[in-house]
Parts: sequence; structure tokens; C-alpha cells
Amino acid sequence: MNIQPKDFEFISELIRKESAIVLESGKEYLVESRLSPIASEEGFDSLEQLVTALRGNKKFGLKGKVVEALTTNETSFYRDIEPFEMMRTQLIPELLEMRKAEKALTVWCGAASTGQELYSLAMMIREHFPELLSWKLTILGTDLSKEVLDKAKEGKYSQVEINRGLPAQLLIKYFEKQGTEWQLKKDVRDMIEYRELNLIKPWIGVPQSDIVLLRNVLIYFDAEVKKEILGKVRRVLRPDGFLFLGAAETTLNLDENYARRTSGRGSCYTIKKD
Amino acid sequence: MKAMIVDDSGATRFILSKMMSELGYDVVQAKDGQDAFDKLGDNKDCTIALVDWNMPVMNGYDLVCKVRAENEYNDIKIMMVTTETEMTQVVKAIEAGANEYIMKPFTKEMILDKMKLLGVPFEE
Ligand SMILES: C[S@@+](CC[C@H](N)C(=O)[O-])C[C@H]1O[C@@H](n2cnc3c(N)ncnc32)[C@H](O)[C@@H]1O
Repeated sequence: MNIQPKDFEFISELIRKESAIVLESGKEYLVESRLSPIASEEGFDSLEQLVTALRGNKKFGLKGKVVEALTTNETSFYRDIEPFEMMRTQLIPELLEMRKAEKALTVWCGAASTGQELYSLAMMIREHFPELLSWKLTILGTDLSKEVLDKAKEGKYSQVEINRGLPAQLLIKYFEKQGTEWQLKKDVRDMIEYRELNLIKPWIGVPQSDIVLLRNVLIYFDAEVKKEILGKVRRVLRPDGFLFLGAAETTLNLDENYARRTSGRGSCYTIKKD
Repeated sequence: MKAMIVDDSGATRFILSKMMSELGYDVVQAKDGQDAFDKLGDNKDCTIALVDWNMPVMNGYDLVCKVRAENEYNDIKIMMVTTETEMTQVVKAIEAGANEYIMKPFTKEMILDKMKLLGVPFEE
């Protein structure tokens, strides 16, 4: 199905308002390929009809579906590996020392997608820092899209997803085969709570965190939104905590209150002390 | 850098060879486990071997066992690339000394992800 310029404009305005994701012209193909299945499913013959329904705002849940369809949920286990190496070799050992009196550690991932990122961390904790399991360990994953969160909660992955970045040793230890899919064992799934949260809406229930993961999501937003979100992160990141962004993302020229800390090829951000 | 590719399918050997040479490797090909074991003697400097499971003459699992019985090949990383997708098979291969496991069909990204996990060098 083809999209008319005025309808594309409407869609990109809607997406920007609802999710802050910027869809520049040239992304018509993306809108066509992601929305055509929804149009058919909802019984429309064209994208024009779908947009008309959206404009009328009469069909319950349609807007949410459209927004979800236009998010990019690509992720993988141990994506980019370096952030995980940095957490394993430096940051978590440091936090174990820094928090040894309170015995509490909190991690928040604000673009959790289908869960591979936090499950990678959860497996790493079980492998290398089992003492944390007796702490008050809070791991929260949030995302705008309900669909990806449902999958994250289930912790069930296809062979293709399993092939991407998951060490065979961990597959053996922490997964069970279910038909053609692989599901994480319950004790790993139970380490994480997943819930819906739109980064451009109020951050209700986001805890004060020692580690904030916000990888590969700012990239979809414009500079103003990036600035606003980085500012809000400073309010939920503990003063001595660590923020991770994606490999193509930075705080540079957006928020001067962060200092970059590097280790090998990995890097994270801390809040500058005055 | 040298990689050995062990698969009885010429097409698979071709694709894997292409991927590995793009990642900066010289490739040695073998068409079954026995062929690979024979060629390994002259190629002790292999960094990594990509090994299929089901092959005539000697299968990939037996190759892993045979290679791991010899100390001189300890530094070679072995990655199974196979259509075997049962947990029991993954466990069997890893216990025998394979370092990684990919279930066919594979992509270059998957191979690269695993190489990063194994800490073996590559060119991008
Ligand atoms: C490319 S994935 C990144 C997943 C993971 N963090 C990683 O790096 O592999 C981007 C995720 O951001 C989510 N997202 C996009 N806009 C969002 C918003 N405004 N609020 C919350 N999540 C959003 C999408 O639903 C998607 O799951």
C-alpha cells in the first residue's frame, strides 16, 4: 500500500507527538511496510483509510498500534559486548563496595525492547556476582511498546535471536528448549520487572538507580528531546551512578553535566561533581 | 590469521569462506572431520575452526573429541555451525570442548558476534 504525502506528514506528526521518534521524509517506505499489515488487519483497503480513521480517533487502540509498529525494536544478547565487560570488570565491583552497607542495587533500562539487554545483565550477575542475589536487587525494564514487553516477560526467543551474541555456555545453563524456541528459566526471568513507560511522558515509578541503561533509543529523537531526557536521567541516576548510551549516542553538546568514563572500547557517563 | 572451515556442503564452505575472508582470515577448507584432522597438522596456527556436525567419514562431534585429545591444538577455538538444534546436542558439543555453537541458518553478524565473545581477532 502506498502513502500520500499529506498522510505521511500526519503519521510523522503523530509519531513525534506520541513517542518523540522523528520520521523524516525518505522514510515513507518504512511507514508503508510497517502500517500496511495493520491496515489490512483492521479491514482498511488503503493507508489513506487508516489515516482517516486515525484522524477521527474513533477506533480504540489504533493509535497505540500504529505507534508501536513504527518503533524499531532491534536488540540482541550482549549487544556491543563492551558495556557488559565494563560493568563486569569495573562498575559492578565498585558498586559492590560502594553499596556494601545498604546492600541494595538498582538498575533501570528505559528502552528494554524484547528483554535481551537486561537478561544479559541478569545472567552476568548470576555468573559473576551471585552475592548480589542476597541483596535488595531491583532490575526494572521499561519500554513504550507493550508488545515487546510481553515478549520480554515471557523470556522466549527464536533460534535466530539465540544465535545472536548469547554464549553457548549460558544457553546451556539458563535456557530450556520449548518446541523451536528457547525460554529463560524462571529464576532468571523473576529477577526483572517489566512495565510500560513512555520516555516523553512523566516518569512515574522510576526508582533512584545505580545504573541506567538508555541504549539505542535517543538516536530516534531530535536534540531538544534528547536534552530533556538526559536532564531527567540526572534526577533518577544516583550521584555516583552510571549511565550507558548506545555506541552511536553521546551527551556531548546536549548536556554538559555528564562526564564520560572510558574503559577499553567501552564507555559510560557519570554526573559531574560541580 | 587463519581459519579452518569444515563442512561437507560445498555451498556452505563457499559462503563461510567468503565471510571469514571478509573478516580478514586465510581459509583452509575441509570436507569432513577426517579431512580436517589431516589438514590440521600443517595448519597448527589456525585461530578458529568452524565445524559442521553431520558429515560422512568423520562427523564434527568426533572431530572435536579428537582435536581436544591433542594438547597441541588447545589454542584453536572451535565453533560448531550445524543444523543440530537440540539442547542435548549443544551440551554434548560444549562438553567435548567446542567453544561456541551456531544453529544453521547463520548470518555473518551471528558469526561476528560469536567471534567477539570468543575474543578472536577480526577485521571489519
Ligand atoms: C533499538 S531498541 C533498543 C533496545 C536495547 N536498549 C538495545 O540497545 O539493544 C529501541 C527501543 O526503544 C523503544 N522506544 C522508542 N521510543 C520510545 C519512547 N518514547 N519511550 C520509551 N521507549 C521508546 C522502542 O519501543 C524500542 O523497543
